[in-house]
Amino acid sequence: MQFTRSRAILCLILLVIAVQVLTRVTGTQFYLTQLTMAAYYALVVIGLTVLMGYAGQISLGHAGFFAIGGYLSAALTTHNLVPYAHSPLVHFLGRIGVLVQGRDIYGEQLLTVTPWAACVLAVVAAAVIALLLGIPVLKLKGHYLAMATLGFGIIIYRIALATDYFGEADGISDVPGFTLLPGIGPVGPLVVNGDFGNRVQNYYIAWGLLIVGMVLLLNLIDSRVGRALRSIHGSEEAAEAAGVDTARCKLQVFVLSAVYAALAGVLLTHYNGGLGPSEASVMKSVRYVALVAVGGMANLWGALVMGVSLTFLSLRGVFGSYDDAVFGAILILVMLFAPDGILGVRPGTLLARLKR
Amino acid sequence: MTADLFFQYLFAGITYGIMYAIVAIGFNIIYNTTGIINFAQGEFVMLGGMIAISLLHVMPLPLAITGAVVLTMLVGALIEILFIRWLDNPSVLRMIIITIGLSILIREAALHIWGESIRSLPYFNGNEITTVTLGPVRVSPQVFWVIGVCGVIVLLLSLFFRMTPLGREMRACAANRRAAVLCGINARNMVTFSFMLSAGIGALAGCVMSPITYTQYDSGTPLAIKGFTVAILGGLGNSMGAVAAGILLGIIEAYSISFVPLAFQDAISITILLVILFVRPHGLFGSGETARLKEF
Repeated sequence: MQFTRSRAILCLILLVIAVQVLTRVTGTQFYLTQLTMAAYYALVVIGLTVLMGYAGQISLGHAGFFAIGGYLSAALTTHNLVPYAHSPLVHFLGRIGVLVQGRDIYGEQLLTVTPWAACVLAVVAAAVIALLLGIPVLKLKGHYLAMATLGFGIIIYRIALATDYFGEADGISDVPGFTLLPGIGPVGPLVVNGDFGNRVQNYYIAWGLLIVGMVLLLNLIDSRVGRALRSIHGSEEAAEAAGVDTARCKLQVFVLSAVYAALAGVLLTHYNGGLGPSEASVMKSVRYVALVAVGGMANLWGALVMGVSLTFLSLRGVFGSYDDAVFGAILILVMLFAPDGILGVRPGTLLARLKR
Repeated sequence: MTADLFFQYLFAGITYGIMYAIVAIGFNIIYNTTGIINFAQGEFVMLGGMIAISLLHVMPLPLAITGAVVLTMLVGALIEILFIRWLDNPSVLRMIIITIGLSILIREAALHIWGESIRSLPYFNGNEITTVTLGPVRVSPQVFWVIGVCGVIVLLLSLFFRMTPLGREMRACAANRRAAVLCGINARNMVTFSFMLSAGIGALAGCVMSPITYTQYDSGTPLAIKGFTVAILGGLGNSMGAVAAGILLGIIEAYSISFVPLAFQDAISITILLVILFVRPHGLFGSGETARLKEF
């Protein structure tokens, strides 16, 4: 088991490198932009897979966590703190070294939070919100859980849409790049941003993060916690009787998946240089659920493959004005004919099911 | 707040609340026979309004509304036959996802048929500025249409479920599906009927509220969420409870405008939904003990 898994990860790494080399050779490097974005979205999808597929808890609000990450990090690194420079809080932030000074294009002085501090704050905020929300919400089941998480997503969407600080309907633009590592000697700095020159670098950052996230989750589901989660999905009462602390397990996975979503939100926002309220919309949440479902619910590899490929096609505009309709149709068709995901379909069983 | 304003808000709240109640009753009918929450319920309301607006070009208003209700009922039946009827014993998660998918497909179809423009039916009596003076408040005659239609729907429904053989068969399926089948009731047909009934009621609601709330391809989802809030608040499956809870939510929303910005109005009803789900998931009027026996 261990052997095949590391081999699969190795194959994925080789594939990622091969794709980059291929785009280089064929001069189609513009594909890397969408592949980078697809990798970040896939990070949300694999996090949600553990929650939905393994622990069996539906969430229709994960775009909310994505947006919490993206919006907080964007707002903190973009809004100028110079007018508040004398307030004790800003003074304190300056003292502990999380503020950065600069000049905007008009030469005005800028004082903003550093991307690293903003990123940590955004992810921690998402985790805390997930924790506070998860304690009551995860007691609910079925329709009630679906509606409650949907409601949470809509509240986040409304807040983003109605708050001046988050740019209302325009969202936030001109988000600076995120310098992960400063340049050392001949090696340049590692920056998450949308510059054409950094395209290859960003492709590897996104895919590196996705692969690390994947390895962590693969290890998680094969661990004691993973077995506990699967027992919850099978029967919560039985899991409880067997001594699994079901409430705690569900909560941990909920927070973990929220952290994945928020991290993806932070990095994608720095990569795109901005985000709008549509990232928090219900349709985005539904789209993540669709990708989990089409990947086979309890199948991390399926979620990764379908998450990346369908998001890539959608970002390339292949589906045109039928984009949302395609994801709606995918949801229905997968749930009707292939509840185990389209990678698990055997033509024979599908025919047998149709004949009945 | 002056007394006049107080009553004015009260009336606005009752009007909106009754619309939410009709949507909630649509949820209840399907939930009672199948145990499914139909996430596409709001789309039936939107379809009713949209079809009536289109039919109005070729026929008078009463006929257009009748046509819209019949066509939406057909859509409801078609949805049940194509997507739900032949699944045996599907899990709740699967049904949630299928009905969400359906709501997206209906919405996208509406977008491609009717475009993004906001439409509405004309006022049934008079026009936008016609008012009836009721003591200190002025209300549009359309409000009486909304209240009247809702009252008739609730009355007819309770008569239907109590008096007619079909209604009793549907209730039998809700109480115990296996026993109903053993009595010779075709349980599958009952589910189809419940979808048609709920689609028809949704469409009728969509028509009477269209002059007040307007109709757009995506106006279904917010209504569905408020309808669901009301259905939970009144106790899932309880139509009288839904009316009371609807009026309550409508009034809370109407008064909330004077305390918080309009943009947060949706957030308020959703917060109420979350609180009620956490504190009393069996609703204000339901009993906790029976709720524990139901499957959500």
